[in-house]
Amino acid sequence: METDLNSQDRKDLDKFIKFFALKTVQVIVQARLGEKICTRSSSSPTGSDWFNLAIKDIPEVTHEAKKALSGQLPAVGRSMCVEISLKTSEGDSMELEIWCLEMNEKCDKEIKVSYTVYNRLSLLLKSLLAITRVTPAYRLSRKQGHEYVILYRIYFGEVQLNGLGEGFQTVRVGTVGTPVGTITLSCAYRINLAFMSTRQFERTPPIMGIIIDHFVDRPYPSSSPMHPCNYRTGEDAGVTYPSVEDSQEVCTTSFSTSPPSQLSSSRLSYQPAVLGLGSADLAYPVVFTAGLNTTHTHQLMVPGKEGGVPLAPNQPAHGTQADQERLVTHAPSDGTHCAATPSSSEDTETVSNSSEGRASPHDVLETIFVRKVGAFVNKPINQVTLTSLDIPFAMFAPKNLELEDADPMVNPPESPETTSPLHGSLHSDGSSGGSSGNTHDDFVMIDFKPAFSKDDILPMDLGTFYREFQNPPQLSSLSIDIGAQSMAEDLDSLPEKLAVHEKNVREFDAFVETLQ
Amino acid sequence: MNCRSEVLEVSVEGRQVEEAMLAVLHTVLLHRSTGKFHYKKEGTYSIGTVGIQDVDCDFIDFTYVRVSSDELDRALRKVVGEFKDALRNSGGDGLGQMSLEFYQKKKSRWPFSDECIPWEVWTVKVHVVALATEQERQICREKVGEKLCEKIINIVEVMSRHEYLPKMPTQSEVDNVFDTGLRDVQPYLYKISFQITDALGTSVTTTMRRLIKDTLAL
Repeated sequence: METDLNSQDRKDLDKFIKFFALKTVQVIVQARLGEKICTRSSSSPTGSDWFNLAIKDIPEVTHEAKKALSGQLPAVGRSMCVEISLKTSEGDSMELEIWCLEMNEKCDKEIKVSYTVYNRLSLLLKSLLAITRVTPAYRLSRKQGHEYVILYRIYFGEVQLNGLGEGFQTVRVGTVGTPVGTITLSCAYRINLAFMSTRQFERTPPIMGIIIDHFVDRPYPSSSPMHPCNYRTGEDAGVTYPSVEDSQEVCTTSFSTSPPSQLSSSRLSYQPAVLGLGSADLAYPVVFTAGLNTTHTHQLMVPGKEGGVPLAPNQPAHGTQADQERLVTHAPSDGTHCAATPSSSEDTETVSNSSEGRASPHDVLETIFVRKVGAFVNKPINQVTLTSLDIPFAMFAPKNLELEDADPMVNPPESPETTSPLHGSLHSDGSSGGSSGNTHDDFVMIDFKPAFSKDDILPMDLGTFYREFQNPPQLSSLSIDIGAQSMAEDLDSLPEKLAVHEKNVREFDAFVETLQ
Repeated sequence: MNCRSEVLEVSVEGRQVEEAMLAVLHTVLLHRSTGKFHYKKEGTYSIGTVGIQDVDCDFIDFTYVRVSSDELDRALRKVVGEFKDALRNSGGDGLGQMSLEFYQKKKSRWPFSDECIPWEVWTVKVHVVALATEQERQICREKVGEKLCEKIINIVEVMSRHEYLPKMPTQSEVDNVFDTGLRDVQPYLYKISFQITDALGTSVTTTMRRLIKDTLAL
């Protein structure tokens, strides 16, 4: 028995699938921004929250998604994919995940579009929210900053899983049957986080134009699809996205309580051009401070439809949105670290991806500091001395680049208890950043999170502090020869000191009396 | 109808019990909550919007998503806190379980009280381990985080089966299906209970706490 979809149902279904695809992309990208997401519930329907979920619309992401879809919908053989990758400050990049929204041919003709399909799509979005926090890339993205950034890319068509390395795993988020096919949402993620140190990716202009800063004039063509998962916009850029006509469409959900079989009048009504929607806020201020060896604060504030819920403030520095690839000198984190990813094997070496990383002179020239001066202002300043910056713990942050040699963060002293031979070889290896050492070729992302520390409060959190000061240099007085010397001197001077004190005995006694 | 039953098991350290339980309960309730219903004339209704927020765990390398409802969060924290205290005070092997049960109310004639018919029960079995060194604790943080990731995937897999859900009720019936007592979200009617068990699985101290939000109590 064939019940053909009537035209209204068909239109509704196409609309649901389209907005579901857009919301899926928003959820995935927002989950890789590196911050905690928080949106407010609203008991009265605002009419603009698709699937009854408060998911903000970042305009650039919507724009990219629509560009990728180009008016089409996911269909058999044409999947919408969101690729999440990691890019280090050295320019190495690695695909971490591919999220696929696919359609297969298995149809469910009996299902009610405006009721059941809609609710199931809502449930699927909730599942997506939960699953995006569970894959290994989530923890990586929460720690992105001056060592690496997370990028996303949306494409439409055939799914390409080649970049995920061997043995990647898949997790299925869920499926929803519709009269025209079954929608499936899944994620394939890399489990082998070993970084290839053979310099496959030279520091040349990337072929596809990996954009670090989407909003500033850049030498690469604007057709580059890779985008950072954090945003900056400035008033000078004046970038506004064309508000596509249906981005302002409102979804007012109105359901009938009569049983589905008797459903006659339940329809979703669409009101065009309602103002004040979040998706129409095109130039929201996103201000952050990024610095190369610094731990500036970063605030991402997005005025949402619900009246401006600020996202988690004060993150560790995020990637600089420079107009070209800039090199970040970073401190190798040493000390005891444990593998962060759920599926990394026990015997992979836990070494920081950021190597000993001293900037080569060439890279120093490319470095750009961006100082936070206030909302809506974005002035790149070439070099900023840290004393002029009002960040907490500024004295702990590494000083100018010229002082790198003396900086214990960059060149930690040889400590007797290196945790691994690999680690020792790193420091002795004076080669430029990116290579993981002579003995091993692979890097593994590491993680270290001490209990009770929250890394979203201070620029220097407990973990960073612990890392930095875990191997302090030996006290000079404790080193044997110097110690012995000073000890001998002390002993020699003792008789003289005693004589002086005996002379002043009365004064001391009087002082002691005043204390009692 | 048959009640769907799902069982999850976790092994955690004492201070991780609360966060692990909250992560699981909130994930289930995220999927089993809708926006507030607003009934209009002509028998139609509209649905409010559910906000979501991330919660970082302090003792586990894990982040979970919950609905943005402080009332719901408080209710869950209260009962999870009681469970944790009961576990601690039991002095037993550190075994216990919590049950999150979704039910429907069926009106009965006087003098019989309403029936509560469960349609889905989630049971989380907890085994508390004691660790000696900081090193072990650090490893436990990550291991439990990984385990919770697996549990979330299990939960989502069950949800995606789209099995029985109560029919959307009319205005007069809504309190038989949903908990309408919260201000900002509307979960299906649920109750949470817990038990402390010994190694054999029998209940040593049965502590039943019923958390029923019932606006139409007889």
